[in-house]
Amino acid sequence: MNSNNGDLLSRFKQLAALREFIMVVVIIVFTIIMSLATPIFITWLNIEAILMALSVEATIAVGMVILLISGGLDLSVGSTLALVGVVTGLVLVVGVSAVPAILIGLLAGLGVGLVNGILIAKMKINPFITTLGTMITVRGLLLILAKGRAVLNLPDAFTVIGQGRLFGIQYPIFVLTFLVIAGDLLLRNSRFFRQSYYIGGNEDAARLSGIDVDLVKIFNYCLVGVLAGVAGLLLTARFGSSSVTVGSGIELRVITASIIGGASLNGGEGSVLGAFLGALFMGMLANALNLLGVDVYYQNFITGLILILAVVFDVLNERRKLSQ
Amino acid sequence: MQNILNVERISKSFPGVQAVDDVSFGLRHGEILALIGENGAGKSTLVQILGGVQKAEAGQIFLDGEPIAFASANDALQAGIAMVFQELSLVGGLSIAENIFANRQPVGALNNIQWRSLYQQTQEVLHRFNLDLDPATLVKRLVMGQQQILEILKAITTNPKVLILDEPTSSLTQAETAALFENIRALQSQGMSFIYITHKLGEVFELADRVMVMRDGKKIDILEVAEVSENDLVSRMVGREIGDIYGASSADLSQDEEYFRVEGFAAKSSFQNVSFGLRRGEILGLAGLVGAGRTELARSIFGIEPRDSGQVVLEGEAIDIKRPQDAIEHGIAYLTEDRKRQGLFLDMHVAENLIAPLLNMFTRKTGFLNFPEVEDHAVNQIERYGIATPSTKQKVLTLSGGNQQKCMVAMWMGLQPKVVLFDEPTRGVDVGARFEIYQKLRELTSQGIGIIMISSELPELIGLCDRILVMHQGQITGEVLKEDFSEELIMSYAAGIMNQ
Repeated sequence: MNSNNGDLLSRFKQLAALREFIMVVVIIVFTIIMSLATPIFITWLNIEAILMALSVEATIAVGMVILLISGGLDLSVGSTLALVGVVTGLVLVVGVSAVPAILIGLLAGLGVGLVNGILIAKMKINPFITTLGTMITVRGLLLILAKGRAVLNLPDAFTVIGQGRLFGIQYPIFVLTFLVIAGDLLLRNSRFFRQSYYIGGNEDAARLSGIDVDLVKIFNYCLVGVLAGVAGLLLTARFGSSSVTVGSGIELRVITASIIGGASLNGGEGSVLGAFLGALFMGMLANALNLLGVDVYYQNFITGLILILAVVFDVLNERRKLSQ
Repeated sequence: MQNILNVERISKSFPGVQAVDDVSFGLRHGEILALIGENGAGKSTLVQILGGVQKAEAGQIFLDGEPIAFASANDALQAGIAMVFQELSLVGGLSIAENIFANRQPVGALNNIQWRSLYQQTQEVLHRFNLDLDPATLVKRLVMGQQQILEILKAITTNPKVLILDEPTSSLTQAETAALFENIRALQSQGMSFIYITHKLGEVFELADRVMVMRDGKKIDILEVAEVSENDLVSRMVGREIGDIYGASSADLSQDEEYFRVEGFAAKSSFQNVSFGLRRGEILGLAGLVGAGRTELARSIFGIEPRDSGQVVLEGEAIDIKRPQDAIEHGIAYLTEDRKRQGLFLDMHVAENLIAPLLNMFTRKTGFLNFPEVEDHAVNQIERYGIATPSTKQKVLTLSGGNQQKCMVAMWMGLQPKVVLFDEPTRGVDVGARFEIYQKLRELTSQGIGIIMISSELPELIGLCDRILVMHQGQITGEVLKEDFSEELIMSYAAGIMNQ
């Protein structure tokens, strides 16, 4: 281990063992194969389409993966996404200007996160049941607020964030890039954010180490709520109207992306980069299947297979390492 | 010289038991104080109070002359008392560095972790303790022994005045233990004081300056290690009166042949080279300290835990037990030491519990359960075993500890087993129910059923058994015949001091 060669080799082995590295390799290989199958795949137009579709799921994934790492779970993100879209839409049509409207919308997202966080952290109710409950309740709430119909004709001052461009690249892609980079940097380097790893790894020990477990948990749920709100705003701005049905089922895709990217449902593992790569891969897959003219139903089938494969691979890998 | 720690009249009770009873002692500056006692003597509770994990109900503690009142383990850590528990508190998915400096990583102005400084400090600590490990290695890649050392390093790096270690060497190899001791002595010479809980009396003599013995929550004695012998310690750890609730042993066993034999049992980390026989109607005790491997052995015989080698011979036939079903089919019953979580179905009612291992017996050809028969059986068993319950449909959760235990006994006896493995028969059971359980055991033996009984209570073993095997760290260190029964003798084998 002292010679330079041995050091380099072991560092490479450590790198190769990282889920993120494996994902990057898989994505590169996939890109090469796909671009040979259909040259459209690699055009800027197509890449932009992938990234735009990605901007919603990946934005939420940034928060979801941090939550998963701390041992939590949030099934209500789809409903929160739609709620924020509706709240902002309703506020805009009565004449409130864009920026305050956005803030009010995000506040609604924060509110949902706060409710989840307090029920789960303080009252110790199971996250699955709690967020299942808020998922249903919030969906009902937004239907009530929107009186069951979409909110149409939103002002340009707002829709520009979903449809406008900066240097030729659409705004949502900037938001996505910023969130992924900021999220990954924070989760890797901020002592506060890394507390989630300790909590997910061993909650009692985390408490004994002086970590304010309840505070971190509530923070995480609020973060996910706000990010779901951001995703909702991007989506609403893009389409120019607040849909009441949007977001259903997105929670499972976001969780899947996080797990493919290395997170574990038990907590203590995962990364923002990994979650992004997981979402990217899922997005590329959907896009590729579309280009190849494959039935849309196959997408779910294949995504599910990949999720199972990722988890089985993980389990086998751990067993192999333990028996060494 | 003033003591670093003065503990005065500390008491703490839990429902039904006085865990710490009016304990007073002082820890000198730079001393290593060993803390010994049987299972349940109160050692863990006492140190948990010192470490801020539990609160005392009475008494005072002075650290460096100042009275202290810790609201949490973190308070204790800040004041300078660090604890290393037996259960690991490491996070497998994080690096060695981030585990040692858990939530104490060096940070910059933006709360951002300063990685270079972190890895450097970690490297220094690892170096000081002669560990050739990369600080970035994920903890889940380390073996148990290394993880346990990390656990200790975690506490040491907080620079405590007092370090409390609870059985730190249970998973360490000889070499790792020696290295640990060297480091403890080095830290001692720099002024750190230690409280060291151990079951291995050899360690007391190797490491400690003084030793404190606890029993039944009380401090029995605190002695200079240089002035005591092993026997002095053993006799102080033990020393209780044995009442006569055990009844008389069943008739003369000398003619009875061995009808059940366990040969060459070994499982890598739990036990090695275990062989013994059981005679009809015999109560064979299995004594030893926590971690000796007795439960693992029993579970292995029953087929729950795998083993590397070993054979079971019942009534002359070698039988192959790979799963509990195999053991049950051959008439072997196993009563777990953890009846609440592994033995009974607390939310189900008495009748449902009583037939749990016997479902086949009550299933009709159609696949449906024969409820009238189940009811009859339940009523019979309730009467036979004296289970105090208003009806067969009472949820087992609501029964008292003693009645729950009787329920578990009735559950397995419905099998009409040939061999009974009974793990801690009277744990959490009141005196009245104990008597009844002992009676039932005597009844079973009079029918020729052999019982292998694991127990941590010496009086119980001595009162009930015909023969006692003692285990220490996975091996049988002694076999004590009835005429030689004595608590000191058994304890000596259990502590590894003696070995046949």
